[in-house]
Amino acid sequence: MNIPIESVKKELETRLPDVKLRLIRDSILIENPEDLLRVALFLKESPVFLLDYLSSVTGADYLTFLESVYHLYSMAKKQGPVVLRVRVTKNNAKIPSLAPVYRSAELQEREAFDTFGIVYEGHPDPRRLFMWEEFQGYPLRKDYEQEDADILETADIAWLEARGIKIPDEMKEKAKALQAAGQRAVAEKPEKPRN
Amino acid sequence: MANIIESKNLDTASLLEINFGPQHPSTHGVFRMVIQLEGEKICGLKPVFGYLHRNHEQIAENLPYAAIMPYTDRLDYVNALANNFGYALTIEKLAGLEVPERAEYIRVIMAELARIVNHITVIGFMLNDLGAFFTPLLYAFRERERILDLFEEITGSRLMNNYFRFGGVKRDLTNENLAAIQKIVSKFPAFLKEFEALLTKNEILCMRCQNIGILPAGVATNAGITGPVLRASGVNYDIRKVDGYSIYNRFDFKIPLGEKGDVYDRFYIRVLEIRESLKILDQALSKIPQGEILNKKALPFIKMPRNFKPPVGEAYGRVESPKGELGFYVVSDGTPQPWRYHVRAPSLINLTVLEEMCLGQKIADAIIILGSIDIVLGETDR
Repeated sequence: MNIPIESVKKELETRLPDVKLRLIRDSILIENPEDLLRVALFLKESPVFLLDYLSSVTGADYLTFLESVYHLYSMAKKQGPVVLRVRVTKNNAKIPSLAPVYRSAELQEREAFDTFGIVYEGHPDPRRLFMWEEFQGYPLRKDYEQEDADILETADIAWLEARGIKIPDEMKEKAKALQAAGQRAVAEKPEKPRN
Repeated sequence: MANIIESKNLDTASLLEINFGPQHPSTHGVFRMVIQLEGEKICGLKPVFGYLHRNHEQIAENLPYAAIMPYTDRLDYVNALANNFGYALTIEKLAGLEVPERAEYIRVIMAELARIVNHITVIGFMLNDLGAFFTPLLYAFRERERILDLFEEITGSRLMNNYFRFGGVKRDLTNENLAAIQKIVSKFPAFLKEFEALLTKNEILCMRCQNIGILPAGVATNAGITGPVLRASGVNYDIRKVDGYSIYNRFDFKIPLGEKGDVYDRFYIRVLEIRESLKILDQALSKIPQGEILNKKALPFIKMPRNFKPPVGEAYGRVESPKGELGFYVVSDGTPQPWRYHVRAPSLINLTVLEEMCLGQKIADAIIILGSIDIVLGETDR
């Protein structure tokens, strides 16, 4: 059973008058990220909607801003979805975590942090999910540059040599030249996406 | 790895911290748990992910929509057809494509067969974890093999089926195929009877599984647990009924529910779900109409997939995969590739409550609790 998104917006505006909302493609954009927790709590507890189940949390990169998308359903009333969005800039990508309200956000927010670099404030365990701790960058951002795995950088060589692995001189020279030029070993991007 | 588990007011000196996995057969792949033990009792458990991470989402964002379909097979490789179903459903929602009647029936038939394959595999492996070495598993595999042979005949592949297309399916079912499916469906209850005679009331199985890894309904709902694990806790939520996607609202089937939410319930609910799937299959096979198997509007895109450009927008499609709610979130910007493609993997999210279920249990129980959740690492790590 679908919930008309206009009715959700109306209800939210009457109950939480200071929260700014905007409709985008059958979903509600919460203009101020700080309000997300209040909105989610209201939707969860409200007897009209009773959205007790947070199905999906994910990020998206729209070049000028990052977005976090939430799909809420109600298991008790078997209705949904209500889609919430929050937008933040890349420099200040901080969104309050929904994990204290919905535990299903725990791993999904970690995944969005891992892949998009959105910091979920108040998350009980804010670590990367799939990548290792030392990993640099956020792979699903559109400006992410992939490392060339075949070319070693000076840091890689230091790491390997500290563990007793011998590196051929040729590779060392290449790494030094790269460092002198102030470049990183970045894999070439195909001009067109693959077919 | 000491920083992974913070001490919880325990005398840490007497605790033993072990790495369970990633190279351990009972983790069903490359899954790792860092377990803190006090004797044999578990007092801390943290799952560690990412050993099979291949950035499925970014691979997909660089491919035309049609070319993503074979990649979805590799998510949950035990039942590739459910993944195909979820992805096809989402793109049809996005592009507004209709599916012909016969194709819908074929989809339901194939998806339910895949559900049976998944459930018997899970039960078999779970019993393997219990120590019933291979006897029940091979009984289960005997039946699975029959269905996989059928899949090979119909889709061309045993596991990586790649069978669904936007607006239909790849190949029609012949009358011989339908007869073969009917034969499997009519013979299956006899196998289930045999299987249950071996297992359901088995004293060792009951002792090991009952009252182990209890998951209360409230915790399960809040943690977004779906599928048989949720229903074993007594929450009536099956997306086939709730959304009625495809043509599931035309069939008469029940949703089996557990009472306690322990490992035994999660085992038994899968046996019951197989029975319900057989009911659906019986009805679908008797009602399947003649006709097209692919929407005519979708035909050009099969030949030239790069011409397939869904209108700007987004869609979230979800299906009841055997493991839980499998969701696909796709954003289109009007180009041949999706701008954003996200998989809501049930295997990953069902692991949220793994620690709670294991706390206070013995380490041998952690293995069957993990087995009863039913994870596939291809989907967990993506």
